[in-house]
Formats: sequence, C-alpha cells, structure tokens
Amino acid sequence: MHNFWTIFGVWMAAFLTLAIFSFLYKDNPFYKLAEHLYVGTSAGYMLIYTYFLTIKPMLIDPITKQQQFFLFIPAFFGIIMLTRWFPKIAWLSRWSIAFTIGIGTGLAITGSIQGILIPQIKGTLIALHGWNWTTLNNLLIIIGVISTLTYFYFSKAHKGVIGKTAKIGIIYIMIAFGASFGYTVMGRISLLIGRMYFLFHDWIPLIR
Amino acid sequence: MNIFERIEKIDRRIIFLLVAIAVLLPLIFKVRMEIPISEPVKKAFVSVDTLSSGTYILISVDYDPASMPELQPMYKTLLMQCFEKGLKPVMIVQWPLGLPLSIKAMSEMAVEYNRMARAEGKDTVVYGVDYCNIGYRPGGVAQIVGIGKEIRDYFESDYKGTPLDSLPMMNNIHNYDNFALLFALEAGSMGDFYVQYANARFGIKIIFGMTAVSAPDAYPYLQSGQIIGLLGGLQGAAEYETLMKKPGFATMGMTAQSWVHVLIVLFILLGNIGYFINRKKRRS
Repeated sequence: MHNFWTIFGVWMAAFLTLAIFSFLYKDNPFYKLAEHLYVGTSAGYMLIYTYFLTIKPMLIDPITKQQQFFLFIPAFFGIIMLTRWFPKIAWLSRWSIAFTIGIGTGLAITGSIQGILIPQIKGTLIALHGWNWTTLNNLLIIIGVISTLTYFYFSKAHKGVIGKTAKIGIIYIMIAFGASFGYTVMGRISLLIGRMYFLFHDWIPLIR
Repeated sequence: MNIFERIEKIDRRIIFLLVAIAVLLPLIFKVRMEIPISEPVKKAFVSVDTLSSGTYILISVDYDPASMPELQPMYKTLLMQCFEKGLKPVMIVQWPLGLPLSIKAMSEMAVEYNRMARAEGKDTVVYGVDYCNIGYRPGGVAQIVGIGKEIRDYFESDYKGTPLDSLPMMNNIHNYDNFALLFALEAGSMGDFYVQYANARFGIKIIFGMTAVSAPDAYPYLQSGQIIGLLGGLQGAAEYETLMKKPGFATMGMTAQSWVHVLIVLFILLGNIGYFINRKKRRS
C-alpha cells in the first residue's frame, strides 16, 4: 500500500511540475489548476502548522494543562489585532501594533548597531602597508565604501570631487548588481536542475 | 532578413527548449567537470573538520522545498561529516516548512552512515545520543536572543515531543556557549539575525550555507569576520561535496549549471552583437 502511495505521489508531483512548466509555452487550464492547487494547499498547510506548532503548544496547552493563565494577556493582544475588520473598534488593534513595533524597534536598534554598524566599520579599518595583493584588495574595499557612501550623500550637489567620487560609487554598485544577478541566475538554474532531476530520475528513470 | 534580425525576433520558447536541453544532456550522460574549491568553502570545511570528537554543533535549517536543490545537498554532506568526525549535531528549524526536510535528510544520512559504519566495524549513530532535531518553534529574533540564555525556554522537547532532558545528549546543553559553532542553512533573512544577535551578543562562530540569491549579501559578514565560512548556492554545495570526497547531487548538477551559463553568455553576446549591427544598419 505504501508503495502505491509513493508511486501516486511521484506521478502527482510530475504532473504538477509539467503543468507549471506548460506556462512557458502559453497560459492554459493545466497551469491554472496547478497554480490554484498550490495556493490552496499552501494556505491550508500553513493554517494547520500555525495551529499545531504555535497556537496549541504555546497557548492552549500551557493554559489548559499547566494553568499558565497569564497567557490570556498575549492572547487578548492577539485577538484584538483582528478588530481591524470592524471599523468601529479597529482602534483597539493599535495597542497590539504598538507593542509589536516597540519590541521590534528595540531589538532592531541594538542588533543593527552591535551586529552590523560597528563590526562593518571595524571591517573597513584595514591595513594598507606593503605592495601585495592583500593591500590592493583592502584599498579596493576602502575606495568602494567611501565612493558608494558618497553616491548616497544628497546634501550637496554631485559636482566636482563629490561628483567624480559618486561616479566611482556607481561603478561599484553596478558590479555588485552584476554579481547579484549572476548568483540569481545560478539559483534559478539550480531549481530547474532540481526539477529536471526529479522528472528524469524519480519519475522517468533516465538519470541513474 | 539577415541572421541577426532573425535572432532579434527569435521565439522565447526556443530559448527555453535550449536551456532544458543544456540541463538535461549532462545529467543523462553523466558529464563531470572539475570543481575548484573557493576559500570561503574551504574555511567552512576546515572549521568543522578540525573540531574534536564529541563537540556539539548547532545546525539551523531555515529553508523550504523551493530552496531544496541548493541547500539540501549542503545539509546532507554536513551531517555525514558530523557523523564521520563523531561530532554531535543538534538541528533547529526556523522555517516551519523546513521541518519535514530536516527530518528526512537527517534520517536518510543516519541510515546511510550506520550502513557504512557496520560494514567498516565502526560505532553507529543513535538518535538522542549522537544527534537530535529539536524542531521548529515560532519566535524568530526573540527566540535567537532567548537561546543565548536557555534553549529550554523555547524548545522544551524535540520534534517528536520527547522532553529535551530525556535526550541523553542534551543533558548539559543550555545555550550557545555549549556549541562550538552554528552552521546556518539560509534561504531568507534569518542568517542576518543570527549574525546580529547570536554572534554579536553571544559570540558563537557562524558558518553560512546560503541560496545563490542570498549569498552576495553575506560576503560583507565574511570580510568583517562575523562569519567564518560561506557556501553559496549549488556551487558551494558541490565544493563541500568535493572536499568530503562524496560527489552527490550538487556535483552532478554543476556540469548542467555550467552548460547553461555558457548558453546564457552566448545568448547575451549574440543578442548584443545583433542589436548593434541592426542599429547601425537602420541608421545607415
């Protein structure tokens, strides 16, 4: 029986993969079917996951089994988030939002300063001594940081020295975009390789 | 109509077909190519490989099936390395849909390692003693900060519901201080939070295994020393497999990847040459 369901699963996955790929030819009912199935299944899956991995173990079980009644307070804040659907009492949801923003801002400020700003400034304070590749790399990093920051400095017109430095900054930004695009292509092709491998290994065993 | 005018008007479906052929042929005919090892991957590998037996390593599985082709090979190779070196991996999941993937790979690799170990007369690995998966809990940033104090505040049990204190390997494990390093397999922004909080505040060493799309954003962390190694996309996974001397899906996929890259570069070159020739023709 297990074997039947495994085979059924592979055929179903293969059909849905081909249905999605069929969009590359043109829009068609098979693509629409697969698309709607995907959206519906994802929503259902997330609903179940949210209930069984969040609401039940973190709220219902502690209240019913361990009598942790203080959890009614976060539950209340969670429920009043839903008042946004009712215009007359929608203002109540601001309490929850204020709470979330407060925590988020507090965490973000400390995280950004302690975890990004200071270590990254420290990472730019690098040695420039001797004639070797490390020095050249370090020099490129320093020029890149200064010129890119200058490009995003808008309190003075980009003319003269500031304009020329900003132009160097644009070159750095373009190189960064190029590297990101190259990596993105690699990522997307990897996904295609994954699907092709599934189709021609698990479904039609051509790849052995 | 000359050849370049034809290329300018080529049906995009022909390009799709050529890309599909370029992916499929090397996979079917098992064309292999050499995988050069980059410095960030080598650093990651050496950092894990030089840990002494019995050392704990925290592995964060933060991806879903959409990123599986890139990150699952890294995860599997890393698990095999942990089992071979006698390290004790503890899996944690920040993406709910990553949980089934983390369990599947963990079970597969344990079975594969145990089969090998039995054949070679070595000790096998046992769940709860040599490795465990404490599953997914919501909380994100708050949870990452909280683990710095006590892991049980968020993870009272493993993914099966077994209390952490009932797992022999978790008896004296409380926070980041008990782990030699954190290997974060990331398809989104969780890695940034690990750097900002787990590394900056609690000082745990971090290695990233990232999807190709996210990898460029991690290089500044590597340069500043906030992470000690980086595996980027399928290439990173293939390099790790090569260093482990266990070629798998990623190594096989890299040939197809390279063929498609050559094809794309050709398309870009032909498209641009055609565009400039036709523009010159139209002007004249």
